[in-house]
Amino acid sequence: MMIGKKTQGKKLKIKKIGMKKGEKPEAKREARTRRLSRVFLAPSLLGVLLFFVLPFLVVVFYSVIDNPINRKFVFFDNFVQVFQNSAFRQAAYNTLTFSAVAVPLAVVLSLGLAMLLESKMPFKSQFRTFFLTPMMVPIASVVLIWQVLFHYNGMVNDIMTFLGADKVDWLKSAHAQVVIVVLFLWKNLGYNMILFMAALASIPKDILEVAVLESANAWQIFSHIKLRYLSSTLLFVTIMSLINSFKVFREIYLLTDDYPYNTVYMMQHFMNNTFAKLDYQKLSAAAIMMAAVMVVIIGILFLAENHFGKDVEG
Amino acid sequence: MSGIKREKKHRMPSQQAYRRRARIKMGKSYVGRVVATLVAAFFAILFLLPIILTVTNSFMAASEISSNYGQVFATSNDGGKTFISEKVNLKFIPDMVSFSQYITVLLKSPDYLFKFWNSVILVAPIVIFQLFVALLAAYGFTRCRSRLKEIIFFIYIILMLMPYQVTLVPNYLVSGWLNILDTRWAIWLPGIFSPFAVYLLTKFMRRIPISVIEAAQIDGAGEWQIFRKICMPLCKGCMCSVAILIFIDYWNMVEQPLILLSDEAMHPLSVFLSKIKKEEIGLAFAVATIYMIPTLLVFLYGEDYLVEGITYQGGIKG
Repeated sequence: MMIGKKTQGKKLKIKKIGMKKGEKPEAKREARTRRLSRVFLAPSLLGVLLFFVLPFLVVVFYSVIDNPINRKFVFFDNFVQVFQNSAFRQAAYNTLTFSAVAVPLAVVLSLGLAMLLESKMPFKSQFRTFFLTPMMVPIASVVLIWQVLFHYNGMVNDIMTFLGADKVDWLKSAHAQVVIVVLFLWKNLGYNMILFMAALASIPKDILEVAVLESANAWQIFSHIKLRYLSSTLLFVTIMSLINSFKVFREIYLLTDDYPYNTVYMMQHFMNNTFAKLDYQKLSAAAIMMAAVMVVIIGILFLAENHFGKDVEG
Repeated sequence: MSGIKREKKHRMPSQQAYRRRARIKMGKSYVGRVVATLVAAFFAILFLLPIILTVTNSFMAASEISSNYGQVFATSNDGGKTFISEKVNLKFIPDMVSFSQYITVLLKSPDYLFKFWNSVILVAPIVIFQLFVALLAAYGFTRCRSRLKEIIFFIYIILMLMPYQVTLVPNYLVSGWLNILDTRWAIWLPGIFSPFAVYLLTKFMRRIPISVIEAAQIDGAGEWQIFRKICMPLCKGCMCSVAILIFIDYWNMVEQPLILLSDEAMHPLSVFLSKIKKEEIGLAFAVATIYMIPTLLVFLYGEDYLVEGITYQGGIKG
């Protein structure tokens, strides 16, 4: 019984009817299996409850009280305070602008790479390996060379002067964001590309062949056929890139430090610095806002996948 | 699209010839292929450049590095804004290949080896035990699917997608309660119970035909035997993929040790590398290279597993 989620409801019903008809031992075994399957699940479930769910509930609690000792209920005061905090706003704004720039680029470029590798060319699998390598390499290892490349007197600026542009102090100005975007793309394109390649490979070949014979041009094939088949992957890649873009703190921290240039002061910096002060209320409120944003994003993912998933099925 | 489909059925008889013609038409022109290859090669070089440079530079003698890059790290560490008009010499190939950096790292300064060891100690148990716990859980999710379990699984997915900013605060709280803050357990335990592996393995296990399991059941296999003798062998490939993905993620970790381990002696190499001292900059590239080696080895052996693992992630729903 290979169950895709969509058919699951039906299958379960069939099973239940079968059970009523069947003899007792089968029902007994069913119950036994059910109990045992819970045993299998138990270690993980306990761990998740203890380390993620329960403390998260406490975080929710902390976010609406004034401090852990008094425990006075203050409604949304903490949220308001955090929101009025200029560092938080800066961090939120930076994180959002970063995502707004980096995510579309990550999606479009990786789709481009995947389509490039789809076309007939030599050394295809080698290219795939090359594009995927940055994902494997720890950021800490390449950060040094990154600093050298983007130094004021570094290679990137040499190329800029060669092209006739002005030198830019990449890491210590507003341009730091560009560097981070490049680093983010470098690290994440391979992952996205693999997802797109899998989706492209699953497009039925005969449809494409027919389209070619009906003299559809490349753009028509792309927009009318490929994009439709890619829609759910496209969405998934967007969401994953978005989530990964929230994690970009790692790169920034390693490239700069605890207090980087203003435009790359991210959410995680704010959290880290609040951690340093052990201000639980602020931390909790910030975490919950973040979680709320994530839940909305994930909700959109699920709704949209339901919507698009039906479209291409079969 | 449906129009096209109908058209195709209509012309069924000459399908063979039809397809051949299509294929000829679809094959890119010679020029197109050359251009595509060149573009791919250009990107490949861009992608590989930082890695290659790190490796080649690790073979430079200390003096060569400090004369080439000395000022990069001088300015970035002091925060000063004095720019000497001197150039930063980026070199692809060192003037003289020397292993002196590696010798220093491996033999003379145990500090780095300790940090490397720290990384191993932090990551290895997480990979092993997360996989084990997740296998059990995935089996639990696969056998007997109930409404409650679907809801729990959904919660797992949401947890998996949460960024660190959200999960670190709860982690910190629990570590405080359990009194494991500033010990390795604070990293290990949340890592081991991370829902990521559960999600991927469950997705995979649900593809195992139930008839296989039922057949085993009828032959009198107990639940543990089914798990051990049927599910685990079938999941071998997927386990490799998951192990690799977990490994990359934690080998690269920065946030967790920063917040959960205040004792710098326990920090992994990834955090330590960024705090490398000016005088030791010569060593940095060698250390960085050593730090990459495990991941590159894993990649060499398991690229196909990695690709498979990523592909499974696509389409977040089961």
